[in-house]
Amino acid sequence: MSDILYTDEIQASCHWSLRMKKGTSLRIIDKDGGANVGMLFYNPENLLERYNAPDTLKCQHTFKLTKGNCLYSDMGRIFCSIVEDSVGWHETVCGNSTRKIVADKWSEHNYQDYHNEWHQNGYDSFLVELAKYGLGKKDMASNLNLFSKVQVDEQGNLKHIQSNSKAGDYIELRFEMNTLVLMHTCPHPLNSASEYPRKAIEYQIRQSAPVSENDYCKNFRPENQRGFKNNELYHLGN
Amino acid sequence: MIKESELQAQYSAFRKVVPAGDYLMKVVKAGQTFRILDLEGNQAADTLFYNANDPSERYSAMDTIREQGNVYLTTGTQLMSNGCNPMLEIVADTCGRHDTLGGACATESNTVRYALEKKCMHACRDSWMLAVAENEEFNMSKRDITHNINFFMNVPVTEDGDLTFEDGISAPGKYVEMKAVMDVIVLISNCPQLNNPCNGYNPTPIEMLIWN
Repeated sequence: MSDILYTDEIQASCHWSLRMKKGTSLRIIDKDGGANVGMLFYNPENLLERYNAPDTLKCQHTFKLTKGNCLYSDMGRIFCSIVEDSVGWHETVCGNSTRKIVADKWSEHNYQDYHNEWHQNGYDSFLVELAKYGLGKKDMASNLNLFSKVQVDEQGNLKHIQSNSKAGDYIELRFEMNTLVLMHTCPHPLNSASEYPRKAIEYQIRQSAPVSENDYCKNFRPENQRGFKNNELYHLGN
Repeated sequence: MIKESELQAQYSAFRKVVPAGDYLMKVVKAGQTFRILDLEGNQAADTLFYNANDPSERYSAMDTIREQGNVYLTTGTQLMSNGCNPMLEIVADTCGRHDTLGGACATESNTVRYALEKKCMHACRDSWMLAVAENEEFNMSKRDITHNINFFMNVPVTEDGDLTFEDGISAPGKYVEMKAVMDVIVLISNCPQLNNPCNGYNPTPIEMLIWN
């Protein structure tokens, strides 16, 4: 059981950032179905420590992310654990939509002519959020694309699965250390919708239950037990 | 796709053997071709690229795989930057498949992957940290160490979303060759990993060759 401390919404094609505290959870809800949430993590005490997609995948021998998986930093620590997931597959290898990708797929709609209905892209969104913390394009690591599924066939070809997530689907991230969270709600770069997709999300900040010895995520893989040990050591030092 | 090169080592403008656990940081000019040669087989060459004129533009694994619609790198692959510009093209490959999902080994990730006691064993990221420290002319730091290519490494992905580390598909004398589209800084760590069956627990030397 967890208590909801705060609820808010992020409109379609927008970006935001917030600091999450160890022991709290972030539940993200796909309001209308078909959302995509680009996400990056940084350690607010040392911004050089950041989400590492390759380490997250190779440490858990997985290409997809779902309940039980932990999301690792480049320093062998766990930013957060996926404690709930009604979707089953989130991807972390396809990066962001860019101004060019959006213009090629859905034509360019600039701010001057379209105001809040402009076609914002994920790459520029992250640049804006990164700059708020003194970070730049050098610091933009491979991001998560929550709610998006990209499958790989035997030859290695990528296939984006449309409508992977349904209205009301959610993922909950329990933070295992203090974390700066950057996110945007711009379309997935491989989305093949004929119209520029506009998908808002709701998010809740919750008080997490304490992590027990038989915690699902901690015991999901032996690697995760060691990741939790690394977090423990880190917290001894602060 | 397997494709042999017509370039001959005797006509190369540069050659250097890089022992396991060491790095090589070198500018390759637009139009030059360079080869990474797996001298003894099943070695992993962890590689990063930067635009030599603006190193904030660098190799991007996610842009590369998304733009080609495929997770494996081989002949014909354009290696893309974070600005979505082609940096190099793979023009020959006798191995057939290279990985860009698995990232590099670091002492910290080794603790998670293998055992907490392995924390001080040599790792690719340490070679890169030494490289950026020793080559101040490039003005790089940890911020510049991003997601790399593992040449000669075999990391298959299944349709169900599993990722496995299989025995290497490389062998002594196999190589991969790239033609630079822009002036690039090549930063290779010849992987020192002693805990991974990928290299038969025995890291071995590679050689880099450049042709004008």
